[in-house]
Amino acid sequence: MDSIESKVAEAQAPVTDELTLVNAARHGDVEAFEQLIKRYDRNVFRIAQHITQNREDAEDVVQDAFIKAYQNLGQFQGNSKFYTWLVRIAVNEALMKLRRRKTSKTVSIDEDVETEEGSMPREVADWGPNPEQLYGQSELGDILQKTIQGLPQSFRTVFVLRDIEGMSTEETAEMLDLSVPAVKSRLLRARLQLRERLNRYFKKSKRDGALPQ
Amino acid sequence: MKCKDFLKELNEYLDGGIDIQLKTELEEHLQWCHNCFVVCNTTRQTIEIYRDNEVYPLPDPIRDRLHQAIVSKCKGKHEHKS
Repeated sequence: MDSIESKVAEAQAPVTDELTLVNAARHGDVEAFEQLIKRYDRNVFRIAQHITQNREDAEDVVQDAFIKAYQNLGQFQGNSKFYTWLVRIAVNEALMKLRRRKTSKTVSIDEDVETEEGSMPREVADWGPNPEQLYGQSELGDILQKTIQGLPQSFRTVFVLRDIEGMSTEETAEMLDLSVPAVKSRLLRARLQLRERLNRYFKKSKRDGALPQ
Repeated sequence: MKCKDFLKELNEYLDGGIDIQLKTELEEHLQWCHNCFVVCNTTRQTIEIYRDNEVYPLPDPIRDRLHQAIVSKCKGKHEHKS
């Protein structure tokens, strides 16, 4: 597994440089558009894979999102970042894939559970300073993948956009057609549920703490 | 402040978007409540672990194939037009 810091940094590349590429692509410069693909394809793939949980679907989303973006560059308003605009397209494509799969094959996906469950920690156990060092890279990758896959889709998507891709609460709300309080609530539950699920791998000892009052 | 009040503000505390007075109240709570201290720290670590480790890397051969497919469709758009 590679660190994704560099890729997040890529996603935050200077806007002017990006606008130059976008404008060139808008005028038919496919090579300029290829630069944008190289800059953001990993992000789009990651988001798509997290949402669809299916490799082939995620690859399709990468293709479809970039092609759609290219075809609709004329509609891109320079007042938002190209990356935000692209991710919005990719999220829509990924959610559409999920819906299609759900209706055609009755594959069960986790529904949003609007209850208080999962918002209060059940187990409180401390972790060591570098818990990920307890495991090898590929084992850690499996743990992180399995753990995040268990979250309801709506929590997972908010966590990925906010905490992995570094989108703001407002941008995330806009992309998912949610209110800002709904994004905040889902993010809190996603974070707490992930923490709880990771406990079994990272906690220091088997001693369980008491419930918060 | 009770634990459930602390948890309500946990996002803002971790993301750093709160005013100084609320931050002080939350930190006072953390000084005596070990459970919230642990939940806060391990939640922070959870976010960092996911941020620092790529769960779904895109292998180069697949990346190249996707690039070629996208670029050829984009070029096709122009040829179709002309």
